[in-house]
Amino acid sequence: MKFLDEYRDAEKVKILVDQIQSLNIPPINIMEVCGSQTHTILKYNLEELLPANINLIHGPGCPVCVTPIGMIDKAISLAQKKDVIFTSYGDMLRIPGSKNSLMKVKASGADVRMIYSPLDAIRLAKENPDKKIIFFAIGFETTAPANAASILTAKKTKLTNFFVLSSQVLIPPAVQSLLDSDLIKLNALLAPGHVCTVTGTKWCGEISNHYKIPITVTGFEPVDILEGILISAKQILSNEHDTVNQYKRVVTKDGNLKAQETIYSVFEICHRNWRGLGEIKNSGLRIRNEFSHFDAEKNFEINSVTTNEDERCIAGEILQGLKKPNDCKLFSKDCTPTKPVGAPMVSSEGACAAYFNYRKVNELV
Amino acid sequence: MNMDCPIPENEFEKILLAHGSGGSLTGKLIQDIFIKSFNNDLLAKEHDGAVFNIDGKKLAFTTDSFVVNPIFFPGGNIGELAVYGTVNDLAMCGAKPLYLSASFIIEEGFEMETLQQIVASMKTAADKCNVQIITGDTKVVEKGKGDKIFINTSGIGIVPDEVDLSPSNVKEGDKIILSGTIADHGIAVLSARENLAFQSEIKSDTAPLNDLVEVMLKVSKNIHVLRDPTRGGLAASLNEIASKAAAGIIIHQDKIKLKNEVKAACELLGLDPLYIANEGKLICFVTPDDAEKLLIEMRKNSLAKNSEIIGEVVNEYKGKVVLKTLIGTKRILDLHTVEQLPRIC
Ligand code: SF4
Repeated sequence: MKFLDEYRDAEKVKILVDQIQSLNIPPINIMEVCGSQTHTILKYNLEELLPANINLIHGPGCPVCVTPIGMIDKAISLAQKKDVIFTSYGDMLRIPGSKNSLMKVKASGADVRMIYSPLDAIRLAKENPDKKIIFFAIGFETTAPANAASILTAKKTKLTNFFVLSSQVLIPPAVQSLLDSDLIKLNALLAPGHVCTVTGTKWCGEISNHYKIPITVTGFEPVDILEGILISAKQILSNEHDTVNQYKRVVTKDGNLKAQETIYSVFEICHRNWRGLGEIKNSGLRIRNEFSHFDAEKNFEINSVTTNEDERCIAGEILQGLKKPNDCKLFSKDCTPTKPVGAPMVSSEGACAAYFNYRKVNELV
Repeated sequence: MNMDCPIPENEFEKILLAHGSGGSLTGKLIQDIFIKSFNNDLLAKEHDGAVFNIDGKKLAFTTDSFVVNPIFFPGGNIGELAVYGTVNDLAMCGAKPLYLSASFIIEEGFEMETLQQIVASMKTAADKCNVQIITGDTKVVEKGKGDKIFINTSGIGIVPDEVDLSPSNVKEGDKIILSGTIADHGIAVLSARENLAFQSEIKSDTAPLNDLVEVMLKVSKNIHVLRDPTRGGLAASLNEIASKAAAGIIIHQDKIKLKNEVKAACELLGLDPLYIANEGKLICFVTPDDAEKLLIEMRKNSLAKNSEIIGEVVNEYKGKVVLKTLIGTKRILDLHTVEQLPRIC
């Protein structure tokens, strides 16, 4: 595991921290876009090492959190249908819909199964020809290739009992919409390494150019994040706004072309509502017409559900970086991972869950 | 419901899977339903087993049910696990395990040959621990009403007079020894269940700890508490001790060992090994003076050759476990509320 260990090395961390501390940084806001990066920051309590002037803002990069509540309600309605095996990645099961969660309807008898990959759903479809298998495809550019591949496999193997409920979203339009909104002043962005593995770094270049903001494509280990912060801080100090690839060991300029091809052979771009963020133009992926016989939305009658969010949850502001989880009045009192009110408390990539699970020692009373 | 009306945490109408995960929901269920109803001093101690006196003999008694899926996994099977699990619970009380019971709930249609295989491995396991299975029960449920086979074992053992293991003995300065690598069992079962193909096969660490404990108790009279970090992993066991002893615990992440393949699997799935089950490891709280000599003896035992001092009891952070991370920062290592799930992003 040398590959990882060297990015968790205490010595390297110290050198980077000294370098960051030695810069004379004015108050700045750096947004890490990806939920996994938020988790590393909290899990290693990196803020303990950073100058107070650096304010880390947590971005919208939790795929579970941004799945619209309407989609969750649709999923729940589908899961309760006769002869359906509803499959999903684990975190989706606990996400609260308007009234229910998939986990609760599972406890009431619906056949809901947690899977690790869409190929598990394909396997279930082959093993259960008398059932209809629905896979809830959520996530960013990172999960889209495998989700698309499952539809291609289903077509190739002539499966007629496999369906996909697609709630795939794209990161670049969401980042743009945050930068357009002007609600918060961001001085630099740490772009999500995993997403860039698929997409490449071109879109980051376009955004840094257009919005005059430094972007560092960053990995997920403490050394990665500190390097990302150091690169950002130096750019801010010297008034530069380039895209720098810190995560070179994985990310290339063009990204994974094969994965991109797979995504767009099955999905096409559409407008999508993001939970907490509202509609973002051209930010979603829907199943192309030629694959419509695998599209759950087109093949099942979905009971019309009126969706409503719990008004007390400030997830929208958290996902936009306007507030932090502990600014929420419900945080760790009425809202915990056991009894979540909003999505960011449920998902293992959610900011509220990160704050809850990795509390800092100074928060002990 | 308005903002001033806190939602009680156990306000669940139905049992969820998370109630059995070993996290804080399990704890609440035990507290609010079982302890509240059965209410007695021995139960309230919430040890791995109950220790009590009958006619001047100190006895330990414990029970456990095994519902593992798949029933055969790399490094073991449900039968072996059912014997070692109960033997280990007795050993954690400082008892010499003597007799076990074994109850089977079997689903209609279960292969006779598989049952025979499981029972044979239970016999081998019992011989290895020097215990006898002296009573039992069998129920068969309709197909679809159970998942292949469930096994319950109960066990009884004798605790030497001078042995007294309990979180209430834990003192500031105590060293915490962990007997080896963590998360092997949980990851082995997960990879077998979900057909996750990792480069090398990850084996469960399932093993009986009674001999190791016997040696440890001979080496040091100052062992304060023992625990086998099963469900909920190392984090859950340490939290339980910290909270019952009202002690502050610091553990050092760089001292906690992981097999490379287990570490790789955890990375891939986004799981924290500190919360993953073990079936052949123990943690021991011992006075600082005895820690080194105990460590040396433990390392001579094949089940504990990777023993390490991973932390200590401190004067601050009462009731909490604090993790000193690999990079030297500190954070609270909490009890997880729900089972960990693999990441998506
Ligand atoms: S703590 Fe809970 S209620 Fe508050 S923003 Fe987070 S998820 Fe929503």
